[in-house]
Amino acid sequence: MDAVPHIEVRDLSMAYGDFIVQSGLDFVVNKGDIFIVMGGNGCGKTTLMRALVGLQRPAAGSVLYSGEDFWNATADEQQRLKRRLGILFQGGALWSSLTLAENVALPIAEYTGLPAARVDEIVAFKLALVGLAGCEDLYPAELSGGMKKRAGLARAMALDPEILVIDEPSSGLDPLTARRLDELIVELRDSLGTTIVVVTHELASILSIGNNSIYLDSESRRMIATGHPQDALKSGHPKVRHFLTRGGTA
Amino acid sequence: MGGEAAWRLALRPGEADSRGTLFIGLGGRWRIDQGLPAPESLKDKLDASVHRIRFEAGELVEWDSGLLSFVAGICRACAERGIAVDDSELPLGAQHLLAMARAVPEHKLAARNAGPQGVFAQVGVATQDFLRGAPQMLGFLGEVTLSLLRLLAGRARFRARDLWLEIEEVGPRALPIVSVISFLVGLILAYLGADQLKLVGAQIFIADLVAIGMVREVGALMTGIIIAGRTGAAFAAQLGTMQVNEEIDAYKTLGISAIDFLVLPRMLALMLMVPLLTLYSGFIGMLAGLLVSVTIFDIGVFEYYTETLRALEFKQFAVGLSKGTVYGAMIAFAGCLRGMQCGRSAEAVGHAATSAVVTAILLITIAASIMTVVYYQLGI
Ligand SMILES: Nc1ncnc2c1ncn2[C@@H]1O[C@H](COP(=O)(O)OP(=O)(O)O)[C@@H](O)[C@H]1O
Ligand SMILES: [Mg+2]
Repeated sequence: MDAVPHIEVRDLSMAYGDFIVQSGLDFVVNKGDIFIVMGGNGCGKTTLMRALVGLQRPAAGSVLYSGEDFWNATADEQQRLKRRLGILFQGGALWSSLTLAENVALPIAEYTGLPAARVDEIVAFKLALVGLAGCEDLYPAELSGGMKKRAGLARAMALDPEILVIDEPSSGLDPLTARRLDELIVELRDSLGTTIVVVTHELASILSIGNNSIYLDSESRRMIATGHPQDALKSGHPKVRHFLTRGGTA
Repeated sequence: MGGEAAWRLALRPGEADSRGTLFIGLGGRWRIDQGLPAPESLKDKLDASVHRIRFEAGELVEWDSGLLSFVAGICRACAERGIAVDDSELPLGAQHLLAMARAVPEHKLAARNAGPQGVFAQVGVATQDFLRGAPQMLGFLGEVTLSLLRLLAGRARFRARDLWLEIEEVGPRALPIVSVISFLVGLILAYLGADQLKLVGAQIFIADLVAIGMVREVGALMTGIIIAGRTGAAFAAQLGTMQVNEEIDAYKTLGISAIDFLVLPRMLALMLMVPLLTLYSGFIGMLAGLLVSVTIFDIGVFEYYTETLRALEFKQFAVGLSKGTVYGAMIAFAGCLRGMQCGRSAEAVGHAATSAVVTAILLITIAASIMTVVYYQLGI
């Protein structure tokens, strides 16, 4: 596609102290991809996400956004790159002392300088998109787990980021809501051209929305497959097929 | 790209065949970073003569949520007024996203009593909260008492390791700050006292003043206030965070008493360590007194020492230690109470910590007054 890939990960290794979580990760995410990160529990998906979005310095390797090396950039450049990202954390990470509306409004007010009434309108629209219209005045403690996830997504997309990084969006959602969320992700990509990196176990989502993926293995601590999830299912590494068929075929 | 105007908005009432239709032309760049028009001005145009609106997007260059939220706002206004909306000319992606936002009906929530309250309402609410708080405090006191009784009967369950960790945290680690404050207080006490006693030529009684003052009252009080700020707040923050993470609920559902498991070790640690710190504080205070007496008021070291020994009877220690124990219990009680009552947000944890310190100091003050009167009446 592009001459310079949208996101490129080169020989990335991540570790906690001496414990190497994953090493030698190499992959490319193109603009407009829905890129799936799969793998068993504890294989390092969240850690990879933290390295991608600038929260945790990798032990080695680089993350390039449109050719710019994030971890070797100056603080100002990093700040500018971070502005292109929207992040949904695994636990939602909503600010507990702010209402939902305030949670979503904060990044908008912080970065656009729009008057409060305009901000409120955008907030109402974002919350409606994730199916939470009317919940503006609730505090995070008053939400169910699935609602927190969706509110977190509304906050992640507050500024229409170019790249949306989502950690396990559908865990804790009922099947219908999970499907609506998949549709929303696809729609965001189709209409706004958002590039989306999704960490997920949800087989239905992986196979229906993903157009590229990597599989992180928790035993060898390396990636053992990359490509379209459908291809991985048909002709991929046996471990990946095992995963994608819930242990059905070896 | 450059030179292109930001968003453009043009309104055109329909003519002849399309009377009653308002055409809303959207052009240029509709992005949130380009600023957005206020839909209010437009809402005035949606009067009784309009039956239908139609968006036109022929000159739209770029769009994002800025456009979507604007259109969604107008659609909502139209729905209220019963005006039909035709968005079929908008970009397909925009139509889809707008449809998704409409797909889930608005949640109907119980009305909230938001908004600023009058002075009387605030006083009323505060009074209600206080009145509700009193039985809660008594209830907690009851639970802690039962738990202490279970401990005496050997049936209370908690992990010994927790107790040792708490003891280390509230004891040895508090020594530096207790030393500093006690030294300062001893210094001040000796200085002020000696200055007055010098007038009647009785400087040697500085030793009595400092010894009795520090051991009997001031050591315990200073230690109590330091530990209230240092450890009482920490207890409230720890238990409050546990409350936020539903950890305390997890104990409850397992049938493990959170009071035995969490409050008891903290209570014991403070009841053991605060009296010891009180003794230590008294000792440091006397050292400071000695320093002042010897260097400034020309009293011999040995003289000071014997006078101190003469002044200190066992009952002074008993009073100091008993006060320390009670203060420790009060601090643990206040810290754990506020932690257990904590709400489910970061703000609530902060509030719990603050309120723990205030409650602890209040309880210490009350206990100190009562004990002073009682000891005086008993002639101790
Ligand atoms: N802060 C941490 N310190 C040490 N080890 C961690 C930390 N966070 C995660 N780990 C370990 O790193 C591995 C990967 O964790 P994570 O990225 O959260 O996995 P997942 O793929 O389930 O999101 C796990 O084995 C976990 O135990
Ligand atoms: Mg994870």
